[in-house]
Amino acid sequence: MTAMLELEAVDTYYGRAHILSRVSFAASAGEVAVLLGRNGAGKSTTLKSIIGLVRVAAGAIRFAGERIDGRAPYEIAKRGLGYVPEDRRIFSDLTVLENLEVGRQPPRPGAPTWTEAKLFELFPNLAERRRQPGGRLSGGEQQMLTIARTLMGNPSCILLDEPSEGLAPVIVDQMAAAIRGLKQAGVTVLLSEQNLHFATAVADRAHIIEKGEIRFSGTIAELGANEAIRAAYLAV
Amino acid sequence: MASIVAQFLNGLASASTLFLIAVGLSLIFGVTRIVNFAHGSLYMLGLYAAYSLIDRFGPTPLGFWGGVIGAALLVGALGALVEVAILRRIYRAPELFQLLATFALVLVIRDAVLWHWGPEDLLGPRAPGFAGSVAILGKPFPEYDLLLIAVGPLVLVLLWLLLNRTRWGTLVRAATQDREMVGALGVNERWLFTGVFALGAFLAGLGGALQIPREPAQLFLDLTAISDAFVVVVVGGMGSIPGAFLAALLIGEIKALCIGLGTVTVGGVAISFSKLTLVVEFIVMAIVLIVRPYGLLGKPLAMQRGAGAPVELPARPDGRAMALAGLAVLAALAALPAAGTPYAVVLAIDILVFALFAASLQFIMGPAGMVSFGHAAYFGLGAYGAALLLKRAGLPMEATLALGPLVAALGAALFGAFVVRLSGVYLAMLTLAFAQIVWSIAFQWDAFTGGSNGLVGVWPSGWLSGKTAFYFLTLACVAAGVFLLRRIHFSPYGYALRAGRDSPLRADAIGLDIGRLQWVAFVIAGAFAGVAGALAGYSKGSISPEVMAVSRSVDGLVMVLLGGVQTLSGPLVGAAAFTWLQDTIARNTEYWRAILGATILFIVLAFPQGIVGQLAAWLGSRDRGAPEGMVGWRRRRA
Repeated sequence: MTAMLELEAVDTYYGRAHILSRVSFAASAGEVAVLLGRNGAGKSTTLKSIIGLVRVAAGAIRFAGERIDGRAPYEIAKRGLGYVPEDRRIFSDLTVLENLEVGRQPPRPGAPTWTEAKLFELFPNLAERRRQPGGRLSGGEQQMLTIARTLMGNPSCILLDEPSEGLAPVIVDQMAAAIRGLKQAGVTVLLSEQNLHFATAVADRAHIIEKGEIRFSGTIAELGANEAIRAAYLAV
Repeated sequence: MASIVAQFLNGLASASTLFLIAVGLSLIFGVTRIVNFAHGSLYMLGLYAAYSLIDRFGPTPLGFWGGVIGAALLVGALGALVEVAILRRIYRAPELFQLLATFALVLVIRDAVLWHWGPEDLLGPRAPGFAGSVAILGKPFPEYDLLLIAVGPLVLVLLWLLLNRTRWGTLVRAATQDREMVGALGVNERWLFTGVFALGAFLAGLGGALQIPREPAQLFLDLTAISDAFVVVVVGGMGSIPGAFLAALLIGEIKALCIGLGTVTVGGVAISFSKLTLVVEFIVMAIVLIVRPYGLLGKPLAMQRGAGAPVELPARPDGRAMALAGLAVLAALAALPAAGTPYAVVLAIDILVFALFAASLQFIMGPAGMVSFGHAAYFGLGAYGAALLLKRAGLPMEATLALGPLVAALGAALFGAFVVRLSGVYLAMLTLAFAQIVWSIAFQWDAFTGGSNGLVGVWPSGWLSGKTAFYFLTLACVAAGVFLLRRIHFSPYGYALRAGRDSPLRADAIGLDIGRLQWVAFVIAGAFAGVAGALAGYSKGSISPEVMAVSRSVDGLVMVLLGGVQTLSGPLVGAAAFTWLQDTIARNTEYWRAILGATILFIVLAFPQGIVGQLAAWLGSRDRGAPEGMVGWRRRRA
């Protein structure tokens, strides 16, 4: 399989603080990859570096074979890379439908085309609330809205920053089902997670990040078999 | 009855005009969070451009309306150009820098208009088809004013449809909340902002162009228009377009009422309501802000995300090198009368006075985090306080030099009690309202303050009558004032003040009474501004209401921003640079405003942290460098 998204020795700084150090990994087309790590390990920064919200100081990021590092977020998004932020960042004064409108982009060859109707099928809760302001939704509904909003851009690859964080267990199960649905539709998924259980339920491949460095890359099965790695980097 | 209806309709027409002036400002602020000082200049430009276009097209209906729309489009295009060429480069600078850049534009546009159209008032033609008047209850009423009454609500409805019923409007409203996220969703948000700025400028231009049959194109319209627009926007709630409409109605009608009432005798006392028109909008603004801190329809400003202003470095006590440099400057200044020309001494007095004025303003802007648009009020209270005590109470000059600042401090204590309850732009606007109220009292109370003529013969005592002696007095007062302000800055009180500025919630939680701390800061700053004002009065021998006009407040703001808000020597450098530049350029060219404005623009674009701030960043040791690569408005969990 070819690499849809590839990071090569990426370095990122906040001011003088060195956050990411020579981060390298890749996600193949059509797979669900998970970036696992504790709080502050560098997961969100990695995703923000990919979408261009954080400047990459050194290294290269390729998407569908082309360099995207150094480009503005809107240019990267226009190429079919969707980003779902950790803290949702929905537009609270806009209705659900208007939130979706902001995400709308033209259909893209080679990626599934989403419409409001299809998204309301994937996230039925949103359908009932389509005319309500985003700020009135519950946390779980907001999480669904932020994913639906990004899907309106018809991405071929989507970055999900801790999609299960702060959600009730029943909503977490719905979220896992939705991610598997995305994979079936042919979307490449890269998500960041702290929750190994959730990661195991959805992902094909795992990369473990700790203090801004990648410490392990392998399939979910390999991670499951490696007790030492799990204890060193994921145990709380 | 008929005259009441006529006044009511007059009020509606002026409300429409006010709304057109203000709505673009509110729109631009709501989306970009830029307080566009140049908005009044765009309005003025619309009026002048309409004059020229109609002159060229001829006063036919097509020529007239083509000229009006053409002028608005030209101004809109200029707005887009300004956004792309200047503002886009400084979105990441501290937000006050955008204010400074737009103020520089005011200066440049004023001189560009002077150069192209000349200083004469230009009166345009009447509108074809709307040149006459209709009888309303037997009284003639201009047809054109009826048209204006309709234009205001029409623009309101069209804007509402644009913002709420189009994709562009949806994107703009989304970017208002979180522009970074809009970008991450594949929208080039920079063009969105350019579009909003162009639309706001277009509306300002339209407002100006539509005035062509009603008032001549004049050079000072930029400042009167911006002052009206600020008041309407703030009373309505910043960023709220229906709020701006409501506020325009309220102010338009209250002004009309004041004119209609004329002079009324209540219980034997004659009250001249028509005199109130000069200040009534500021009284309305002060009352509205005291009762509703966010204006009629405004909401507390949510922290806008993705604007990405850099974190400013805290001021630090100076090391030995800086202390020595300070002493060297002081020694050089002490040697000036012996070495320099008499003119240099006079200029140096001006610079010293403004250095203290700017330092006092920096004290509330830097450590206390309160931006004042009306700091000249305390400068003026100090000047008038000292002069009135000398002339009316016959006190010796030395005593008035101490008591004048006390008057300023009392004024600051009174106004400050209301001011510190607000924050941000609203706070700034309330300081402006109080300053305008004080100014209009000085301007209109002929019997006591001398009215617009001011007071003359405000001379120092005999032993200080020589320029050199007065220079040393000024130097001593200013040096002591600056030294005291620095000591307060690094006292425990100063630290508490800065804690309250940086994290109100946490400061509150450790038991700091932020409102009280800020109020004390306001009084301290007012007192020192008063010292500067009293010195200024005695140095010139006369004072006029000019000393507390808006332009003086803005001068102070520019000085502080030029130097750098969070640096202690910044205001001193800024005051020296500004006063010297103004003096030098004004003696050499008619177009000193344009050169000053261009200089400010250059400084803003080249030194986004102010002159001293930038020097500190360049010279600074490793731990003093500005944080780079900060994206987003605060550090967040990686």
